[in-house]
Amino acid sequence: MNGDKLKVALYWGAACGGCDMAVLDTHEYVLELAAEADLVFWPIAVDGKYADLEALPDGALDATFFSGAVRNAENEDVAHLLRRKSRLLVALGSCAAFGGIPGLANAATREEILERVYLDNPSIEEGNRTVPRTHVPVNGTELELPSFYPRVWRLSDVVGVDYVVPGCPPTPEQVREALAALVSNTLPAPGSVLGAGDKALCEECRRRKDEKHVARFVRPWEIVPDPEICLLEQGLPCAGPATRGGCGARCPDINQACRGCYGPPPGVLDQGATLVGAWASMIEAKTAEEAEAAFAGLPDVLGIAHRFTLPASLLQRSCR
Amino acid sequence: MGRTITIDPITRLEGHGRIEIFLDDAGGVSDCYFQIPELRGFERFVVGRAIEEVPRIVTRICGVCPASHHLAGSKAVDACFGGALAPAAVKLREAYYCAHFLHSHIAHFYALAAPDFICGPDAEPGERNILGVVARVGLEIGRQVIEARATAQEIQAVLGGRKRNVCWCVPGGVSKGLTEEERAGLRPLAVSLLEFARFSRRLFKDAVLGQSRWVEAILRGPYALAIGHMGLVDADGAVAHYDGTVRIVDCEGSEIARFAPADYARILAEHVEPWTYLKFPYLRARGWRGFVEGTDSPIYGAGPLARLNVAERMATPEAEEARQELFATLGARPSGAMLAHHWARLVEMLYAAERLVALVDDPELTSPEFRVLPDRITGEGVGIVEAMRGTLIHHYTCDEQGICTGANLIVGTTHNNAPIQMVTKKVATQLIRPGVEPDAALLDRIEMAFRAFDPCYSCATHALPGAMPLVARLHQGGRVVREIRRDA
Repeated sequence: MNGDKLKVALYWGAACGGCDMAVLDTHEYVLELAAEADLVFWPIAVDGKYADLEALPDGALDATFFSGAVRNAENEDVAHLLRRKSRLLVALGSCAAFGGIPGLANAATREEILERVYLDNPSIEEGNRTVPRTHVPVNGTELELPSFYPRVWRLSDVVGVDYVVPGCPPTPEQVREALAALVSNTLPAPGSVLGAGDKALCEECRRRKDEKHVARFVRPWEIVPDPEICLLEQGLPCAGPATRGGCGARCPDINQACRGCYGPPPGVLDQGATLVGAWASMIEAKTAEEAEAAFAGLPDVLGIAHRFTLPASLLQRSCR
Repeated sequence: MGRTITIDPITRLEGHGRIEIFLDDAGGVSDCYFQIPELRGFERFVVGRAIEEVPRIVTRICGVCPASHHLAGSKAVDACFGGALAPAAVKLREAYYCAHFLHSHIAHFYALAAPDFICGPDAEPGERNILGVVARVGLEIGRQVIEARATAQEIQAVLGGRKRNVCWCVPGGVSKGLTEEERAGLRPLAVSLLEFARFSRRLFKDAVLGQSRWVEAILRGPYALAIGHMGLVDADGAVAHYDGTVRIVDCEGSEIARFAPADYARILAEHVEPWTYLKFPYLRARGWRGFVEGTDSPIYGAGPLARLNVAERMATPEAEEARQELFATLGARPSGAMLAHHWARLVEMLYAAERLVALVDDPELTSPEFRVLPDRITGEGVGIVEAMRGTLIHHYTCDEQGICTGANLIVGTTHNNAPIQMVTKKVATQLIRPGVEPDAALLDRIEMAFRAFDPCYSCATHALPGAMPLVARLHQGGRVVREIRRDA
């Protein structure tokens, strides 16, 4: 019977492990899944080696769930290997889907990152000039490190992706739903989004909504928001209008504006650009000066509007 | 030319950790390197962000302990705004953190440490996992573990709105308070976790301390290091998880430093090696001298055992009793017996549960004054909490508009980077001797050595013991002459 069981792999690239935690948080479902599918490769819980994967015939895996962005050469190598071995490749979570939080690094250069981490910070050894290198001669041989790329890529930039499960992290219920669709052979057409909703977050947000007119944007530390009314109407930049729903609007529930972790809803190409357009349309300014004053409470548009999707945006990275 | 052994834990650890062992011509260990091949660069890409947003970004440093980063970051941001903070928020945040600690310590002890302790270090790898533990202690206990972990998560959801990637803290407080109704719901949950922590202590006593071979391994195995220890203590010198001053003692217990968070960079420094992306913190005044032990060593460690080593006491009665029991067995405080990290984790579980129950009963917890609006931007802050794996330091600066201009982070596992290198070499040196071919036992023992630190960069943290695949390749004259493989 073993030959009939699905063969599934889970892997993380540049990620925090939160998506794997979401899989673990399906609790007893993990055991049900193990009964239906062989988890042939899952670094946090199941044995498996690159060499074993290499040895498999191409397409031998039914599906791979890949979380994390592509930050270094090793992430990319494994992405190619798993693509080759898998019939279906699923981008699990917003890092794989859009670049995610690690993708904010595209607002800096590789050199700026290395300089900040190894050369110029308050606790670095005095006079240090050493930065990690890909090849270091040691005892007559070489120690190797994967090359740190100049920018972050989403998974679909380096290999073809069949499905996306967005969220940072996706809720355990949605992870379960995606896995169950695979197991029961009820997956929708390739290219679909699994688990999440198909409307904007505002549709499921429980706050009272009215006409969206904003005199000026405010920073979260400037006001104590009314707990019932739409946060955007109170001047707090909220990503709800250009964010896919499905998370249950948990951040607005505790008086915090959405930061867009589920990425864009259907039909939206660039979540950040769409948000900026939506926010601008709410401002009632008659002059350039008034508009500038209104936007003073939104000093870092990139870091809010593109929080989870910078590598997937039309911008992709900051240009200087 | 000597030989090289590459211990390549293929899966998560291959991505995030690799051990290279060099042998001399006689076949003894000459050198050992534990490499971390990953870097994401949070210190740079939070620059330019609105400073109040940074605690909502740094949660993605770690999906296992996002609350530690959120809280350390929020404390640093509070300080950037002059430090005003609603008193109720301090207690709410600490209560949340108690639940976070419990959730993580329960998972680590039962899924990762217990297999070594309960099944024993000599059990077959295939048996040394959570299922092996359940087989020995009973299915009912397995059910209780899952339930206790879920309860700790539920408490976090009631307090902070989300179980994962919390976004609850704002400058000056928290974004949501606690109602009396919610408090009433929390109390039985907190009490059940205290019961579970008591149960865990009894289990450890019966199953582990009753076995002399285990006590031997803890006390006299190759897992001891003579290095300094670091952790937060409160004003009474007790272990503190959410807030306190940092204390460092040497391997004999003499105080080396006691400092406020803002002074961290005066006391600590980080050394860079070109062969790993992870830095090596050390005591700045003593200078980097490599991986050396002794009372004058610049190397120190962090985490549960280090916290108990630097503190005079636990602040709650049952945890204090458990602490005294631990040091009575270990013989002295501080202890360099790194395997005792696991035991220390149980003492901390009791502390977190006792503290949580006390906080839940605190009248101020439901105060409607759970945030204050800051009235100035002062531009710099250091926030330190004890993360489960060690002292966590977030240091931010911002301009007068509140835009982040700098960030420096030293996380728990980074403090243990040098100790992990050292204990790995020690174990390898003991097991690989001239004329003795290393076998799979080498891999088990090395895995056990670094798992004591619960390092967060690797699957060693999260893989079930015995299930972590390890391969050692012996190189000679540039080619692989032998491969040792431990299949789970």
